Amino acid sequence: MKNQLRPALTIFAMLTIITGVIYPLVVTGISQVIFPTQSNGSIIVIDGKAAGSELIGQQFDNPKYFWGRISAVGYNADLSSGSNYGPMNPALVDSVQARIDALQAADPENTLPIPVDLVTASASGLDPHISVAAALYQVHRVASARGLSEADVQSLVDKYIEGRQFGFLGEPTVNVLKLNLALDGLKLKTQTAYYISNRQLLISRGRTP
Amino acid sequence: MNFYSLFQIVLFMGILLLLAKPLGSFMAKVYQGERTFLDRVLGPVERFVYRLAGVKPKEDMNWKTYAIAAMVFNILGLLVVYAVQRLQGVLPFNPQGLGAITPDSSWNTAVSFASNTNWQGYGGEVTMSYFSQMIGLTVQNFVSAATGMAVLVALIRGIVRHTSKGLGNFWVDLTRSTLYILLPLSIVLALALVSQGVVQTFSEYKTVAMFQPTTDANGNTVTEQVLAVGPAASQIAIKQLGTNGGGFFNVNSAHPFENSTPFSNFLEMLAILVIPAALVYMFGKMVGDTRQGWAILITMTIIFVVFMSLAVWAEQAGNPAFTKMGIDQVQTNINPGGNMEGKETRFGVTNSALWATATTAASNGSVNAMHDSFMPLGGLVPMFMMQLGEIIFGGVGSGLYGMLAFVIVAVFISGLMVGRTPEYLGKKIEAYEMKMASLMLLIPILLAKVGTAIAVVTIAGLATIWNTGGPHGFSEVLYAFSSAANNNGSAFAGLGANNPFYNTALGICMFFARYWLIVPTLAIAGSLVQKKKIPASGGTLPTHTPLFIAWLIGVIMIVGALSFIPALALGPIVEHLMVIGG
Repeated sequence: MKNQLRPALTIFAMLTIITGVIYPLVVTGISQVIFPTQSNGSIIVIDGKAAGSELIGQQFDNPKYFWGRISAVGYNADLSSGSNYGPMNPALVDSVQARIDALQAADPENTLPIPVDLVTASASGLDPHISVAAALYQVHRVASARGLSEADVQSLVDKYIEGRQFGFLGEPTVNVLKLNLALDGLKLKTQTAYYISNRQLLISRGRTP
Repeated sequence: MNFYSLFQIVLFMGILLLLAKPLGSFMAKVYQGERTFLDRVLGPVERFVYRLAGVKPKEDMNWKTYAIAAMVFNILGLLVVYAVQRLQGVLPFNPQGLGAITPDSSWNTAVSFASNTNWQGYGGEVTMSYFSQMIGLTVQNFVSAATGMAVLVALIRGIVRHTSKGLGNFWVDLTRSTLYILLPLSIVLALALVSQGVVQTFSEYKTVAMFQPTTDANGNTVTEQVLAVGPAASQIAIKQLGTNGGGFFNVNSAHPFENSTPFSNFLEMLAILVIPAALVYMFGKMVGDTRQGWAILITMTIIFVVFMSLAVWAEQAGNPAFTKMGIDQVQTNINPGGNMEGKETRFGVTNSALWATATTAASNGSVNAMHDSFMPLGGLVPMFMMQLGEIIFGGVGSGLYGMLAFVIVAVFISGLMVGRTPEYLGKKIEAYEMKMASLMLLIPILLAKVGTAIAVVTIAGLATIWNTGGPHGFSEVLYAFSSAANNNGSAFAGLGANNPFYNTALGICMFFARYWLIVPTLAIAGSLVQKKKIPASGGTLPTHTPLFIAWLIGVIMIVGALSFIPALALGPIVEHLMVIGG
């Protein structure tokens, strides 16, 4: 036992320096140089100000904007959490019903079936995306609240569809914050393009509609 | 299930099995002390470590010395992680000024990370400073994984060598696992993750504008959003590769800064299983018969695919309660459909259910969706995967030594059936090996069931079941103890576990589940290494045939079923019947 104490202490100290100090510093150094936007949170900069992150959702409940997933933490991005409601929890049914009521109150004429992701809470509470179906469901409401034609809003949504990554990974999505920024005619100034899809490449290179 | 779901699953399994051979061959070289392409860079570092530590790399240890070295090293790690948390307030790299962590939570986290469980009783972004994350947790992510790999290699040497005592040198196996395998893979994975948007910075939390100002619970207007960031990618890479699972942020790999895109998700999922799968190939190579490795790999793959399919089906079928409310849960090309509560849009149902199965088949425990909100049968799958002992691919090292305990039991039972002394890879399996293998199977089962039983009859245990009680509340407690008793670390997070009762009870489970399994594993190695190698004869049961694979699956399922079906009947199974009965 005593014979093992010196190697234990020394190797622990050495591996702590290698894996706990050198490793994160090296990864940080390389990341900051070759991926400066991504490593710092993919911040969207508008007129020199940080207007949000491409990856972190924000709260929207004004009928003029597209709404995102339900967040168990009100999109509080320094305390992520899901609802953790079990499938039979009455609170889950209440939360879904409250969202259905809000959607119908804001758009009584809409009779489309409501896509499931629009009435359920995301895992992180910070999900930046909704499904394409959930965006299309909201086109009528946003168009009438803004006095625009549905076709105009629809074509904007089309431009903001992010296809499956590389054409097959994940699910097709719409980034709610980016879509809403575009709705207000604000210019996007992010250079990052994660999705290998020609349409998306054009959009993320700043060609705002 | 549509074309894309099936395609992503097939692609995932295909790439996983394709990587097993090259990585496994490389690891065999590392453990057999052969030269690799990394020697030029890492050789001098390695030799410097040994010189400073006074380690003679050629000096073999017997099983007791090997076990003592492993225990001393792990207990030292546990104490350091505990101290770092208790002293957090006065240590550097703490831009948010987070204070010391309570004693019970510190104990839980220290055991959790030293034992490769990585159960998170705490929420990362509001609890841990960058110093604690790096010096405390990242280091343990590496060395706890390396410990598991070292113990496995000692067991393999016990099978390969004969009429001797030496199982190799723990310090060498530990150092080489870390430097040659875990570190290079982590650097590559971390950078790939950053390219997808996973954060890696030492800056303080970012503040951005709220596009549409909102009001908080107290009625105040909120115009800014604070984004928690940090050196996340470097920790996430090793958290996945070392089957650790402890996240940088509270929601783990569901957080967009921890798992940003479907591609980062694919890489992280692959990283959970790639080393465990490659270790199985390495095992075949080291025992001189790669068919032995493939037989075990096929066994694991079959069980994995069956249960993963059940989880995907259960989640995609959706929640009958939503259907009644007129919600559209049908999967189409523009709608992920299914039970989306507690899931991220970019991953959808398929990738969430696939991840849930992978993370519990291995002893990883990271999550990209909230298991507590899964449908009852969707939640049963991860729970049962843990209860089988995390041997379906399993934790790095621990998965395969757990699986080899099942192989020993399978060989022994078949030997009894035909009336011959059982043998495995030329070594006789006798009462001593059988006793130790039984301990390895029974200890986690005992811890999980006794722990659950105590929690559901005590006030402290029942007090923090925040979901409705009934079968779902029972499932939450059963899941927590199954997770701790198998060193997984995932949770049904609706259970409030950051309190003295659960911190202490789960900490005890994690401690015994890890170290009481390492000792019998090394004892088997120590016994096998002394035996003579006997040549295979006509009466030897071949252990690479389809017959043996079917037999092994049978033994695993019977042990798992007998141990846990009654408990599962009280939780997810009865809940499923209630859900479909409306």
